[in-house]
Formats: sequence, C-alpha cells, structure tokens
Amino acid sequence: MGDLRSLGQLTLSRLRVMLREPEIIFWVFAFPLLLAIGLGVAFSDPMPDTPRVAIESGSGGERFIEALRADPEIEVRILGVEEASDALRRGEVSLVIAGDESTLEFRYDPTRAEARTARLAAERSIQREAGGPAPVTIRPQEIEQRGHRYIDWLIPGIIGFNLMSTGLWGIGFYITQSRQNRQLKRLIATPMPRGHFLLAQILARFVFLIGEIPLLILAAWLFFDVPMAGGLLSLTMVVLIGAASFCGLGLLASSRTRTTEGASGIINAIVMPMVVLCGVFFSTARFPDAMQPLIRVLPLTALNDALRAVYNDGLAFTAVAGELVLLATWGIVAFILALRWFRWQ
Amino acid sequence: MSTDPSPETDSPAIRCRGLIKSFGAVQAVRGLDLEIPRGECYGLLGPNGAGKTTTVEILEGLQEPDRGEVEILGMRWADQGRAIRRRLGVQLQEVRLTDKLQVREVVRLFRSFYPRGPTVPELLERVHLTEKRSAYVRDLSGGQRQRLSVACALAGDPDLLFLDEPTTGLDPQARRALWEIIESFRDEGGTILLTTHFMDEAERLADRVAIMDHGAILVEGTPQQLIATLGGAHVIEFEPTVRVEVLELGELPSVKSVRERGPLRFLTCDELHETLPALVDLVKSRGGHLASLTTHRATLDDVFLARTGRQLRDG
Ligand SMILES: Nc1ncnc2c1ncn2[C@@H]1O[C@H](COP(=O)(O)OP(=O)(O)OP(=O)(O)O)[C@@H](O)[C@H]1O
Ligand SMILES: [Mg+2]
Repeated sequence: MGDLRSLGQLTLSRLRVMLREPEIIFWVFAFPLLLAIGLGVAFSDPMPDTPRVAIESGSGGERFIEALRADPEIEVRILGVEEASDALRRGEVSLVIAGDESTLEFRYDPTRAEARTARLAAERSIQREAGGPAPVTIRPQEIEQRGHRYIDWLIPGIIGFNLMSTGLWGIGFYITQSRQNRQLKRLIATPMPRGHFLLAQILARFVFLIGEIPLLILAAWLFFDVPMAGGLLSLTMVVLIGAASFCGLGLLASSRTRTTEGASGIINAIVMPMVVLCGVFFSTARFPDAMQPLIRVLPLTALNDALRAVYNDGLAFTAVAGELVLLATWGIVAFILALRWFRWQ
Repeated sequence: MSTDPSPETDSPAIRCRGLIKSFGAVQAVRGLDLEIPRGECYGLLGPNGAGKTTTVEILEGLQEPDRGEVEILGMRWADQGRAIRRRLGVQLQEVRLTDKLQVREVVRLFRSFYPRGPTVPELLERVHLTEKRSAYVRDLSGGQRQRLSVACALAGDPDLLFLDEPTTGLDPQARRALWEIIESFRDEGGTILLTTHFMDEAERLADRVAIMDHGAILVEGTPQQLIATLGGAHVIEFEPTVRVEVLELGELPSVKSVRERGPLRFLTCDELHETLPALVDLVKSRGGHLASLTTHRATLDDVFLARTGRQLRDG
C-alpha cells in the first residue's frame, strides 16, 4: 500500500466535505432522531386492527378462553410464559393474561392505545362468564418498565436504518458526484493508490459513526428513557460490522453510476424495500411465512436482529454470530464486486 | 527541475506512433504520431472536436487507444504506469475540484500522492495563491481555479506537464498570469504538452506547434516556420463590391498568395505599403470599392484557415 499519507489526506478530505455540508449533518444526525421521536410519540400503536390478547399457558386465565374467543373485539391465543412476554414487548399482543385461580393478572403497556381496548373488552367478557358483579379479582400490571415498550424496540431499528442509509447514501452519492464532475479521473491521473480512495470513504464513515451512534443512544435515553441492556463492546462490534457491510453495498451501488440521479434510483431501490421488510418500524413477523426466507437473508434484517439482541435483550455479540457472519458476507462480497466493476471515469 | 534518476534520459519525453481511437462511429484520433524532446513546450492547436483531449488523455494513460504505441519518458503504460504517474503533472479539461475544500487543503491532498516535490506553501507561492490559501474552492475566480489546478499538477515536481486548454474561458489578465506560471516551469527545463484553440497562446508559449483537425495533425513546426509557409508576413482581408479575379490579385506587387472565403478575399504579402495602394486602384478601375478592409500580421490562425478553409475558433 506504500505511503499512508495519501490515505490520511483522502480520509480527512472526505470528513471535511461531510462536515461542511449542512444538509448531510441534518440527514445523518437530526433526521433519525426526529424519526424516532415522531414514531415513538405518535405511532406507538402501529396497527389499528383488532387488539391481540395472549393467555399465559397454565395460568388462571385459561379457563376463560372460550368466553374470550367469543368476544369479537379481541383476538385471543395461548402462549408460553416466555413467548407471551416477548410478544408483548414486540407489540405482537397488547395484553397478557396471567395469574392464578383467585387473582388474574393483566399485563400491558399503558402507552399503547390498543392496550386499553383489549383490557376493557377482556375484563368485561371474563366477568360476564364468571357471573355476578365482580367475582374474579383482576390485578392490572402496567408493563412500563424500561426495555419493554415499543420505543425500546424501535430505537435499535432506527440505528440499523441509519447505518444502512448513511452507508449507502453517504458513500454512493459522493462517489457518483466525484465521478460526474471528473474528480475521480483527476485522482487516478496521480500515483495515488486507488484502493486508498475507496478505503478512505469507509474510514471517514467510521469516524462519523463515533459521533452518530452515541448521539442516537444518548438521545433515546434522555427523551424516552430507553436503556441499553447489552454491553458496549458487543454493541460496538455489531455497529462496526453493520456499518462496514453497508459501506460495501454503498461502494457496489455506485461502482458504475454516471449521474447522481442514476445513483439515487439504485440506492432507493435498495433502501426502500429493506426499510419495509427488515423490521425497522414493525416486526418482520407480520409478513407471511412464504416471505420469511427472503426477509431472513437481507442484511438489514440481520443487523436489526443483532442490534435488538444486544440493545434490548442484553445478549453478547457472540450470541448473534450467525447474523454477523451474514452481514460480513454481504459486505465482503459487495466490496469485492465493487473493486472489480469500479469505473473511475 | 530535479535531475532525472532514470538511465533513459535520452529518450524523448513523449513518443507515440499510429494512435487511433474511435467512439462508436466517431473517429476521434486517426493515426497520430508525435515526438516531443525533453525540455520542449509543444502546442497542440485545433478547433473543438479536433481530438486534442482524446490524444492527451491517451498519452496520460487515462484512455486506451484502439491502436498505436505510447512511450512517456522512455516508459510504457502497461508495465510502468505507477512510475510514469509519479513524474507527470496533469491538468484535465473541465474538472471541478471539490467546492467545500480550502485551497491549501486541496494542494496538501495532491501533494500527499507524490513521494517528492515542493512544499505546500512553495506550491501556493508558485501559482500566486498564497493569499487565498484559506479560501474555499467555491469562492475562487475562474483564473484562480485554473492556477490551483496547475498547483496540483506541479505537486510532484513533474518532468512532464500536460495542460488541456488551461486558459479557455479566462479573461486576458488571468490568461497572462497563467502564461507566466507555465513559462517559469518551461524555463526550469520542464517539458510541456499544451492544447489550446488560441493561436496567440501557442505562439507565445510553444517552441513547436502542431495544428490538428479531425483527429490528425495537418502541419507541425515552430510558429515562425508555419507562418512562413503562408509566404507573407501580412494578411489583407477585404470585400470588393465588384468581381475581381484571383489571378489579377496574385499579380499585385508583393502578393504571395490569394484565397477566397464567401465574399471575402485574403491576400498575404510582405510589403503592405506596396500592395494596398495597388489593390485600391485595381478595384476602383473596375468601378467598385472595398466594402470592408482589414490587415494584420500573419498568425497561426491564418495557417489553419489556409489549410482548412475554416477558422480555429469557429469550432
Ligand atoms: N467519451 C466519448 N464518447 C463519445 N465521443 C467522444 C468521447 N470523447 C470524445 N468524443 C468525440 O471525439 C471527438 C474528439 O473529441 P475531443 O474531446 O478529443 O476534442 P477536443 O479537440 O479536445 O475538443 P475541445 O476543443 O472541444 O476540447 C469529438 O467528436 C467528440 O465528440
Ligand atoms: Mg478538449
């Protein structure tokens, strides 16, 4: 690779251009935050359909299953203890009924609008089935503890979304622009090692991440009291591998584009489907089974799953090795193809 | 100029044979030969679309010729590309350097690509941009931008400098400022290949000039040699209101050549004071007069006109 001065100067130049571009600062720092705030505050109920209720298997709630099934205002199912609490956290059910024969327990997230409907409907059906004014004691238990609300689930998704869009847009757009105004051609007329230019784009992204991701985490904690369950090292590993993977995809997406319009089209075609499919704003479980194999193999799904495992569930990065390997594979293959196809003029 | 470490200092700075390059149906370069010795400033002169940029970019190793051989400083692109690039300075036509960088940041970036060369302040001083070192590229004038671009080309202390239309679009003062920078590089022994469509620029800077049209070189020589091929030092351009035969014009005193272009007639002659009165008398004797009349010293433009029937800047 020879002299590393050129790598340093290329990285510095890229950082300078980025920092001097106010609109880029907005898209990188402010936009994901605004998105999280908007969604977290106003959109805590993403699906306005019939609220779903889960009965913990083996609990006192099981004997009311028929009565609850008959209620048209709710959909009911029986889930294991673990499953039920996961489903509640992910927003797949709005209410979990647990407890023993004497006292039933209603668990729900009071910040979710449909939880209220579910609670009222379920209570009404149970009391009617039991007969009398109030023969069954029901103890409401608000699952508001940090780490179990929609916003807790949403924040890692926003981080994943941010890593994807800054990787693709930040790298893809700049490279295309440099090609369009012939700067790339000017650069290769010098003895600059070509790999240094591509590497500098990735290094500059990494430097930016140091500001970007902690800021998002900090804001999530300040505004929404979202805790970080996992270790910092694990989160860093996942973020770095995810960022590198999307940098590779950004290089590939822009390896031959001649105009920024062309690049926008390609990048949008990559970003948009993944935003919808890969569990940024709502769970991938909402898509039919037939689509699951496709969804599983997409890099953003792997990144979001890995981020949530660390961020929400407090797992170590070794627990998501499969996701990380998938992400790294995407990144490496994309990088190799980009190097092979790259057009400098 | 630093001394050349390569043993092949005798080889010409640029040598190419039989260059051919087509873009689809357009033949941009058709069989071009060049040999430029070290220390020479060579001007490639031609109208828009003549194939100057294509030729230069092939020599710079930025485009592959369809056919032909290129040797730069005695080396070939295929096996010594990196070594050649270290000793080239390149200025491309129509490059916009990054707007959001400061002048000195751009120069420092380019300086970092070369193992040897002047310092950043030295480079800025050389192109008279020291005072503008903290300005953003966006805020520079056209002439300052071109000078910055030359500073980047000089960053590796090159032996050979390529300048593709360095002064197109600049005002006369900015052009002169750039000429002085180019001249100082030449005076230190550097080799230059310059393209332009300004004959005055070629006449001032170039030791030798080639006139190029439709992808081939029409004539080559020192500006004086080329102008001498016209046969006279002055050009008279006029439009008579009556018909005057070419033969008659050729017999006027001191006239060396006669050409027609639409209603215009062009005479070259050595002694204006002999030719002009005789011309006026001739037209008068036919009962007409001169609807227009100008004279100038013969230039490369006239050489181009004589060869192609077109003017350089018509495109
Ligand atoms: N990449 C390309 N694709 C298609 N045609 C091209 C390409 N580059 C050059 N040409 C064509 O080749 C011919 C020569 O172009 P070139 O740019 O070498 O001319 P030039 O002498 O530099 O002109 P100018 O004075 O306008 O810069 C032109 O007809 C041009 O349209
Ligand atoms: Mg050109």
